[in-house]
Amino acid sequence: MGMRKVAVVGAGMTKFMRRAQETGKELSWQATRMALESCEMTLDDIEAVCLGTAPDAFDSVHLKGEYLSDGAGAWGKPFMRSYVGGGTGVFAPIQGWYHVASGLFDTVLVVCEEKMSSYYPHAQGAFLTIFDHTTERALKPNLLWIFALEMNRYMQTYGLTKEDIAQVAVKNKRNAADHPCALLGDPDITVQDVLNSELLAWPVNRLDVSPVSDGAVTIVLAAEHVAKRITDKPVWIQGVGWSLDTAYWTNRDLAYPRYVEYAARMAYEMAGIKEPRKEIHIVEPYDPFDYKECHHLEGLLLADRGQAPQLVADGISLRDGNMPVCPSGGLLGVGNPIAAAGLMKVAELFWQLRGEAGARQVPGQPKRGLAQAWGDLMQVGTVVIMGTNP
Amino acid sequence: MSERVAIIGVGWAGYRPVTPEVSYKELTYEAAVKAYADAGIDPRRDVDSFVTVAEDFIEGTSIFDEYVPDQLGAVLKPVHTIGGDGLHGLATAYMLIRTGQAHLVVVEGHSKASNVLTLPEVTAYAQDPILNRPLGLNTDFIAGMEMNRYLYETGTTPEECAAVVVKNRRNAMRNPLAPYGADLTVDEVLSGPPLAWPLGRHETAKHADGAIVMVLASEERAQSLSDQPVWILGVGWCNGAPSLESREWGDVPYIRKAAEMAYRQAGIRQPHLDIDIFEVDDTYAYKELQHLEAINFCRAGEAGMLTEEGLTESDSELPVNVSGGSLGMGDLLDANGLARALEIVLQLRGEAGPRQLEEANIGLAQSWRGAPTTSGAVAIMAS
Repeated sequence: MGMRKVAVVGAGMTKFMRRAQETGKELSWQATRMALESCEMTLDDIEAVCLGTAPDAFDSVHLKGEYLSDGAGAWGKPFMRSYVGGGTGVFAPIQGWYHVASGLFDTVLVVCEEKMSSYYPHAQGAFLTIFDHTTERALKPNLLWIFALEMNRYMQTYGLTKEDIAQVAVKNKRNAADHPCALLGDPDITVQDVLNSELLAWPVNRLDVSPVSDGAVTIVLAAEHVAKRITDKPVWIQGVGWSLDTAYWTNRDLAYPRYVEYAARMAYEMAGIKEPRKEIHIVEPYDPFDYKECHHLEGLLLADRGQAPQLVADGISLRDGNMPVCPSGGLLGVGNPIAAAGLMKVAELFWQLRGEAGARQVPGQPKRGLAQAWGDLMQVGTVVIMGTNP
Repeated sequence: MSERVAIIGVGWAGYRPVTPEVSYKELTYEAAVKAYADAGIDPRRDVDSFVTVAEDFIEGTSIFDEYVPDQLGAVLKPVHTIGGDGLHGLATAYMLIRTGQAHLVVVEGHSKASNVLTLPEVTAYAQDPILNRPLGLNTDFIAGMEMNRYLYETGTTPEECAAVVVKNRRNAMRNPLAPYGADLTVDEVLSGPPLAWPLGRHETAKHADGAIVMVLASEERAQSLSDQPVWILGVGWCNGAPSLESREWGDVPYIRKAAEMAYRQAGIRQPHLDIDIFEVDDTYAYKELQHLEAINFCRAGEAGMLTEEGLTESDSELPVNVSGGSLGMGDLLDANGLARALEIVLQLRGEAGPRQLEEANIGLAQSWRGAPTTSGAVAIMAS
């Protein structure tokens, strides 16, 4: 018996903001209502709800999934929340995929919400609690400096400069200028602007990092026989993959994200992709820091090790290049409400593959795209491959 | 796509009121090793996917899924965490196998409740931060209000609720896993200290530490690996109103819907005739009665009477919580659902020792995520 095919049939998202006036429930519902309206469905048509949201500490709500459930449209419905840290935004659609592919449900909402501004004065405080309580928390590690360690390792291993990497931030923030929901779009930004921005933890400057944000994104998934009734242009989930490495991140070689490679190989195998560089037309890798986009392109086997920054320099990863990378503007440009940012990438593929991305539309009618997220203690990779063919 | 899914291995550690000499990782490791040995598998070689259930505030760590893979043998494997009860985890593994992309999936749940110094404060943080939290409501107080409304609407009596405690804690005396076995009378339960009227201290499950791991397999893999697969006939889960203002206090429609979903898959029309053994959530004594009515075990208002008459005892036609339930085994937080399911597995395999039932072919496990949630799940299993 063949596997049930699953399609994305609708998507909606709120603006990504620094401090939203709305509660997390309200943000979730705004995105959900937009997604339902985009495919002319109502909550009555939805059989189950999947929610992605990262630490409870942001909202300071225990059982945050339960709290957000009615905002996500789950009242009176089967509802589950999944999380894999920063990888959650691309994991939640995988969760939605297995809800439908299992045969238990025909229509599922996937909602991702994050409200980081509730954590006062700054969400970085919440990140202090992700570390091992015995071996690491006593050192008071900050997320910025552990990623600075990783960026430094990446640069040292391959002899890369800060200029090489800053081009990614410039590309994504320029792309985001065309995104109506973006927080940090800037059509005129230059590499010098990035290099001259405030130093946070060497080699990370302020404009190398995505902003703390509030926002929500929802997509609607449907089984094949239902999807074709809902829309003429369903976008199919062709492959999914995820992989979680050990919690002992200090034992890892930080130059290369092996867990991303494992997740990608799982998704490529499911999608029947043998030559990813030829068969993937548009990529939305996770870019909370500019070096992470490069790191992830290498883990996804879409660039040789240490060569990813060259893709920007050569114009290949620009929106009109051969392999557009983060045409949405990514986390660096659109914003980074953790789980919502990952699902934003999946929504971007949905709009790009349907030719509905407006000013952000990549030329040449792309047929297949890949979205990826990353998270936890530099530990997890989540990958979704979507295409116009089932 | 594999239509049928079976549980082919189970392992557990605990349950005990306190476990100062081991960490949650060590508890989980012990349960995992037992489950893998029971199933005859190597996690690194054979398992396609791992599912865990956990909540950040209980663990004292944000994005707790970080700390899951090592003790399960799941490093660099597809692992994810569900913010749900153990039965939500079981349902997730069931779905993963039914997609056809995974053949062997491991589910893990644990409780290290004794590490949480401020559990009442933590659970109170599950209330709506804007509308409800300023009222300063204790979680047991919310349960007390719900119990009061349930008694009022159904005519159930405090004595009938106390009979649940007497039954379950006596059952626990025959379960070596249960730390809270006791021989009490209804009067002793009712004369205990009040907690949130009409709810008494003795009608509330005490917490325990423990870990449970289960191995699930597709039909093909189950038949090649196991002599005694326990088949999952149906799973269901549902959420009600999260806010206190808009819920039905006397009734639990989300449990009814979860059960209906599971019954539909399992083809069960008359639960009291078709199912031989029930393990339902009894973290508060009245909840066992309310849950039995919601899963259509009997009509609304009848569960208390049936319990008082002894019709849910281990030696009766409709045994409920033969394990001792949460009242006897301890409240294992989000591992509660797996504890309920574990008892069903052991009974269906004929491995329940002194509490083994003679006739056990189909069993039902049901869970609730605790006050103030309106979230629960149901799983139906068969030998």
